[in-house]
Amino acid sequence: MSSKLAKALTEPIIKNNPVAIQVLGICSALAVTTKLQTTITMCLAVTFVTVFSNLGVSLIRKVIPGSIRMIVEMTIIATLVIVVDQIIKAYAYNISKELSVFVGLIITNCIVMGRTEAFAMKNNPLESVLDGLGNGLGYSLLLLVVGSVRELFGSGTLFGITIFKTVSDGGWYVPNGLLVLSPGAFFLIGAFIWCVKTWKKDLAE
Amino acid sequence: MKDSILKTFTVATLLCIVCSVLVAMTATGLKPNIEKNALLDKQLNVLRAAGLAAGDEKISAERASELFGQIEQVVIDLASGTTAADADPAKVDLAAQLKDPNGSVALAASDDTAGVKRLPNQMVVYLVRGADGALGKVVLPIYGQGLWSVMYGFLTLEGDLKTVADLSFYDHGETPGLGGEISNPSKMEKWSGKSAFDESGKPAVHFVKGTAAAGDPYQVDGLSGATLTSNGVNRTVSFWLGEHGYGPYLATLK
Repeated sequence: MSSKLAKALTEPIIKNNPVAIQVLGICSALAVTTKLQTTITMCLAVTFVTVFSNLGVSLIRKVIPGSIRMIVEMTIIATLVIVVDQIIKAYAYNISKELSVFVGLIITNCIVMGRTEAFAMKNNPLESVLDGLGNGLGYSLLLLVVGSVRELFGSGTLFGITIFKTVSDGGWYVPNGLLVLSPGAFFLIGAFIWCVKTWKKDLAE
Repeated sequence: MKDSILKTFTVATLLCIVCSVLVAMTATGLKPNIEKNALLDKQLNVLRAAGLAAGDEKISAERASELFGQIEQVVIDLASGTTAADADPAKVDLAAQLKDPNGSVALAASDDTAGVKRLPNQMVVYLVRGADGALGKVVLPIYGQGLWSVMYGFLTLEGDLKTVADLSFYDHGETPGLGGEISNPSKMEKWSGKSAFDESGKPAVHFVKGTAAAGDPYQVDGLSGATLTSNGVNRTVSFWLGEHGYGPYLATLK
């Protein structure tokens, strides 16, 4: 694999993480990370959309008229999001109820729009797919970290399986209520950004 | 490079056609599956309220519809309490009725203790009968304003129409871990066995703050940190047991 392709794939995972470094896609990162099950579904959905919207836009990038460029991107993204939403409703109905509007809101996720506009419009399909995958994985990495911490310390479970038995169920663990609420995720994302910037000194502003 | 208007229109049209075909194909292809899931979800909520399925039990669609077949669905006229024998329970849609000015009536503010605003003309109640045909349980769909959201649930009465068998909420937006505990069966099971009405026939069962007085038939242990949601639950339960809710219908069952 040439270094340019490898860079397209690996750079967004840590060094240019879409949530931690570019601070995009925060809304869904707060909303769906109370449980790992919903988190993973959301990660898969977003990764699917970033990969295929990048592919779609890149394939037709030479014929897209400049004047309707963004609307074309939006149409492709919206189509993919509807497809994903329908698939989740058909095969994971209970998860779709918990994710509620947030699957539909992938359309407005700045990561997806940002990558099609900034990358797929200028690069060939293979690079664009890898860039989409890299950004999807970068988003997923952050969500999984936040989701694990929130579910473990907020409810004492992982994937719904009890790890710390909570006081209300007769155990010893007093759950941290803040982590179940959206502000809890803000602190975690902040901590994640701090860790990344301490580790990779050149990213600090 | 200037793009011609013709090219712009051609690209836009082609893109729209391709995208709409994709969306239409997925939507029609998956529709049977999605409808089956929605139906199963609705049936499971009723089965849990009726005590025929445990809270987190996984039940196949076949088993659910078989169990659901044992439940008698009755469409009632809410205001009069009479049954509408010719109405199809599957067609009674609460949300659609509430939007339709002819399908629901506005409630005077002084009567609207549960924050329901409008009352549908018809409701579907679910009756569970024993082998001998005697009334076992009555599952009543209820809804009302909590702290943040409208809470939708079921109030189940025993066959004597006086004792609460179960109270559960399946859809709400209350604070997770606090008011959200209204959908936690292990918290809500405390309602089971309480007396719904006091001696004069008024709705009396309610959450208290803290622990219920020992032996009190009307008091239920409160949810800690969720006083406002609990108040909403109390108002909702007493509203639906009262004269504007299922009062008239329950009177016809006695």
